[in-house]
Amino acid sequence: MNKLVHDAKEAIADVQDGATIMMGGFGLCGIPENLIAALCRKGTKNLTVISNNAGIDDFGAGLLMHSKQIRKMISTYVGENHLFERLVLSGELELELNPQGTFSERIRAGGAGIPAFYTPTGYGTLVAEGKETREFGGRMYVLERALTADFAFIKAWKGDTLGNLVYRKTARNFNPMMATAARMTIAEVEEIVQPGELEPDMVHTPAIYVRRILQGQHYEKRIEKRTVRKANQ
Amino acid sequence: MSALSKREVIARRVAREMKDGYTVNLGIGIPTHSANYIASGIDVLLQSENGLLGIGPFPLEGEEDPDLVNAGKETITTIAGASFFSSADSFAMIRGGHIDLSILGAMEVDEHGDLANWMIPGKVVKGMGGAMDLVAGAKRVIVAMEHATKEGRPKILKKCTLPLTGVGVVDTIITELCLIDVTDRGLVIRELREGVTLEDLQKVTEPTLVVDGPIHQMEL
Repeated sequence: MNKLVHDAKEAIADVQDGATIMMGGFGLCGIPENLIAALCRKGTKNLTVISNNAGIDDFGAGLLMHSKQIRKMISTYVGENHLFERLVLSGELELELNPQGTFSERIRAGGAGIPAFYTPTGYGTLVAEGKETREFGGRMYVLERALTADFAFIKAWKGDTLGNLVYRKTARNFNPMMATAARMTIAEVEEIVQPGELEPDMVHTPAIYVRRILQGQHYEKRIEKRTVRKANQ
Repeated sequence: MSALSKREVIARRVAREMKDGYTVNLGIGIPTHSANYIASGIDVLLQSENGLLGIGPFPLEGEEDPDLVNAGKETITTIAGASFFSSADSFAMIRGGHIDLSILGAMEVDEHGDLANWMIPGKVVKGMGGAMDLVAGAKRVIVAMEHATKEGRPKILKKCTLPLTGVGVVDTIITELCLIDVTDRGLVIRELREGVTLEDLQKVTEPTLVVDGPIHQMEL
């Protein structure tokens, strides 16, 4: 049951043109840097990418915009990527925006065998247009459908060779749900450990969801907005 | 009026709405800034929708951690007793009614409590992020914004013109001029800034404001 692959190139060798890929991360925090870079080098085209954000112009999912590899994005907020804005306005890139809670729940549902669910979020707004609505207990709800993908690119802090994962701080974000919602989940980690080294009580993503795992290299872990305080504040 | 900027006035007044024991989600901009004015002795737990309960101050220089950011992607710290969780757990917390107070900015609010703060047709769409879930799920929603546009046009309207973030979701509006409650009877004026009259306020507010009970001077 050793799921360890040699590198990111090997991990994504079977990603074909037209694939749907989930990518973990909130902004640049907790993104699968190695897998994105490998996909960029591989040049796979016509991708649908499901990711909360679109990276920035020269990092994260933004790299895949420069190379025009993405056909469609499903996201919640894309304000930090200027190239992205131009591609959407020119019609080269299709964009589907979801409320962030709906986005995360659609992915959670996708991994949990729930085809659709009702949420109060977005009722009466553009988001609800064309969707079923229904009243429960005097309040209106919108029917939202689950999201699944061909691949999920996950970034974790530590992982064992069986595929158990532990995330660190707010780098967890969408990674745990995405790991459950794809046919092929690939995780890159900062530190590979042996089975038994992760305390079972501390595992965030159980190994069952992860098909391939790799030791990431040369993490940049860029900070999008560096904010600090003076020592006397 | 004192020399405080509009932004400072709004942030200070907003901070006074945070009660001891509250769990609060603060939007980007003025709401986040208001955390600096929470009175000592008031214990508030700040939630960040990217997966943290218990936001602390900004880190000291050199102590920034790329794995620890708030919903505005700014580097932050945690307080003792903080917890991390996934985005699905975070929005279960938000949608499930576990957040006492959501404070966020607005482009427009109307007298029915409808809110527009995510999209201007014809301009580049950035996305709604977590705003639609926050206004749908938090127990109380406060809009914190400048009273009028830069051109002096009202942002408090009879009916929002921009695409909505939520329908009938706003409970209270706080601006640099006043505090207004959204009620079944309309927009009830509760507080006025020192030196501002009801007539002044009505000139920059589209719907007719309702007087129902005493109007207090805004304390900052």
